[in-house]
Amino acid sequence: MSAAANRLRRRHGAEWRFRACGAIAIAIAIAILAALLGGILWQGVGALWRTEILLDIDIDAGTIDPAGTRDPAALAGADYGVLVKNALRARFPEATERKQKRDLAALASNEAAYALRDRVMTEPGLIGTRLKLWVPASSDVDMLWKGVLDRDTLVDGGRLDADQVAWIDALAADGSVATSFNAAFFTGGDSREPEQAGIAGALVGTILTMAVTLVLSFPLGVAAAVYLEEFAPKNRWTDLIEVNINNLAAVPSIVFGLLGLAVFLGFFGLPRSAPLVGGLVLSLMTLPTLIIAARAALAAVPPSIRDGALAVGASPLQSVFHHVLPLAMPGILTGSIIGMARAAGETAPLLMIGMVAFIVDIPGGITDPSSVLPVQVYLWADAPERGFAEKTAAAILVLLVFLAVMNLAAVVLRRRFERRW
Amino acid sequence: MSHVALAAILLLLAALGYTMGRRRATALSGGQARRLHSLPSYHGLYVALWCALPAAAVLAVWLVAEPQIIAVLLMPSLPPGSAGLTDGAFQLLLGDIESFAAGRAPEAGTDPAVIAAARRLSELRQSGFILLALAAIALGAGGIGWSRSRIRPGLRARNAVERATIVIMIAASTVAILTTVGIVMSLLFESARFFAQVPFSDFLFGLQWSPQTALREDQVGSSGAFGAVPIFAGTFIITLIAMAVAVPIGLMAAVYMSEYAGKRARAIAKPALEMLAGIPTVVYGFIAAIMVGPALRDAGEWVGLDVASESALAAGLVMGVMIIPFVSSLSDDVMNAVPQTLRDGSYAIGATKSETIVRVVFPAALPGIIGAVLLAVSRAVGETMIVVMAAGLAANLTANPLQAVTTVTVQIVTLLVGDQEFDSPKTLAAFALGLVLFAVTLATNVIALRVVRRYREQYE
Repeated sequence: MSAAANRLRRRHGAEWRFRACGAIAIAIAIAILAALLGGILWQGVGALWRTEILLDIDIDAGTIDPAGTRDPAALAGADYGVLVKNALRARFPEATERKQKRDLAALASNEAAYALRDRVMTEPGLIGTRLKLWVPASSDVDMLWKGVLDRDTLVDGGRLDADQVAWIDALAADGSVATSFNAAFFTGGDSREPEQAGIAGALVGTILTMAVTLVLSFPLGVAAAVYLEEFAPKNRWTDLIEVNINNLAAVPSIVFGLLGLAVFLGFFGLPRSAPLVGGLVLSLMTLPTLIIAARAALAAVPPSIRDGALAVGASPLQSVFHHVLPLAMPGILTGSIIGMARAAGETAPLLMIGMVAFIVDIPGGITDPSSVLPVQVYLWADAPERGFAEKTAAAILVLLVFLAVMNLAAVVLRRRFERRW
Repeated sequence: MSHVALAAILLLLAALGYTMGRRRATALSGGQARRLHSLPSYHGLYVALWCALPAAAVLAVWLVAEPQIIAVLLMPSLPPGSAGLTDGAFQLLLGDIESFAAGRAPEAGTDPAVIAAARRLSELRQSGFILLALAAIALGAGGIGWSRSRIRPGLRARNAVERATIVIMIAASTVAILTTVGIVMSLLFESARFFAQVPFSDFLFGLQWSPQTALREDQVGSSGAFGAVPIFAGTFIITLIAMAVAVPIGLMAAVYMSEYAGKRARAIAKPALEMLAGIPTVVYGFIAAIMVGPALRDAGEWVGLDVASESALAAGLVMGVMIIPFVSSLSDDVMNAVPQTLRDGSYAIGATKSETIVRVVFPAALPGIIGAVLLAVSRAVGETMIVVMAAGLAANLTANPLQAVTTVTVQIVTLLVGDQEFDSPKTLAAFALGLVLFAVTLATNVIALRVVRRYREQYE
């Protein structure tokens, strides 16, 4: 009797342990997800702010407008960097040696000169006066001020020297260092300097590429799905098409990149790095997923709908296009949005067609060289400067928000319009 | 961009044709639609299709043929002596002309002959485009005129439009086949060129991989540096590590979700796992390279192990996390498909839930689970960004997961990104690797799908 009770206890113990294993597996997966998202949020949120320095700049007419004509072309081409440097030197007259002067000028970003130029161009009346202006600091100062790197690491690593740290402290003491919202991150293109790099170019590139993908893959996918689900006779040829679609859905994405490289760039001679080619490759990649989703949505519409339409005299095409397709549309749209979201996060095939080039300008059309968000993440993750780590995480955040919005749209669509038969 | 504008004009023209056809049919019917064979809107579509299809065909043919035609026409205006150039130098010259024509090169310092050729190129392109635009618009307008004149009350416009629709849909469904053909042809063609220079057996069984040294022919080791075994071994190790992470976690998660979890727990766990699958791979790559790799190296230092910062372990672990949802969602499906009667039978003879799962549900679902794991393996083998960012470049032949290894996908990316000369064995090797990758993943998928299908039939 007690042997049986023991055995039962053992078996119940095993039962409990097995169940705990399952719960632990799920807990691990959720913990990893939380750690992943939390880590990226924690790293990337800093890039939304940038460090600025308040400078008292003497806008010397002799330097930027020696002719005194206030000619916009001359003003645009003038050397504002000198004014920024002079303002820094005036603030710290003790920097006299060559190296010290250079270090001092390195506190401010190159961007400072452009910020000053834009201000002077809009208000030419400022020429010849003194102006207190917040200018962006260099990336190393930014890292120091935001506390991403501590000062010992920066000094030991040779990124900043003791003089520079002392100057920053002096500026901070009279309230001349502050952080403000980094709007340039959302409006600027890529840059070699971490503090100037923005994602606007990549974001526009992603939108253009997705537009090409959508325009190509949605009509093709729906047409193919309607044919295969509603009209195709059951024969060798349609079997072949079906096997093809199922296999293409599982082909590694990089193979589509090789196809794009060999066919679109090599054979057709389309431009490298262009959203047009990116969209072509991604639409070939998305097409199988889209067709499978659209077929599932069409198959879910009950045959009574078709029979009803045919009974009142509609042609087979009319019954599909007037009745079945509209009823299946929410499902098709949900499937294609999810497919598009996957394509928007894809990197590997785009590397193959040269979308990894360093591109500063924001693309204006589908044939301009461009980057996309995931590729921008890849490029910045590879950059050695410490300032880019923060930018990379921030770019990932933007990408994840972009994808979350798409997926949310799919969920909302499903909730609102899905019909259960 | 101007091609897009032209396409937009043609679309507008087709829309115009639609209204014209519709109006004409309505007018002919005298306000009584039943006198017509087809509804007026079908007459409109009939005219619109006659307008758009021929013009679109001309546009498509031109887009494909333009580069060749322009190249032939440009020949006479190339700088003298260019006919005698080698292939590479000739391509370089064309590149110069191209970049000047696109306004990317300054006028100063450019050869006047190149400038002249570039001007001619721009002229040719412009006149070609004007001709194309005129032809397409004339064809569209002609189509409208001709088809509109054919509209009668008895015209079987609906049948014509439906026939055209079916043809368009068939064409759309063959795109999938064309894609496969395109992949196979481009991989085979480039690989054939590679194997013309490097023997097939050297590639498949060689133990040395150093494609970078093969750039110049006079260098040491310029031949026989394309032995892909270290790459296959590296891919195998990383896949193995990934599966060691993904299979236990994914399988146990699937068991919990399909057998134990209540509605509430499912509603949280399932979307969370799906989110793991929705995160772009480049994000996993960043995590592996910036967080996991250095953390493992520090941990190794702490216990006195020498861990490379681009170790196979870091890439494999992160890839395993990425694969978890593939294993779990498919296994979840197949376990749900096991009939409840089997479980009930097991409970009836006194088995506990875990005993039922291990002794009854698992064996019944095994083929499906194997299929799921195989699909996950093919996903892991073809995964690119995690290994590009977190695994090494050097092809070490080692079984030590703490060292850096390289994979097929990493090599494809490193060989093809950057400078491109299309005829060196270095770039062609990437296509040979791509062919291997395609063949392996295809075979795995075919087997997996077959296994899963046979299993499903068993219970249906």
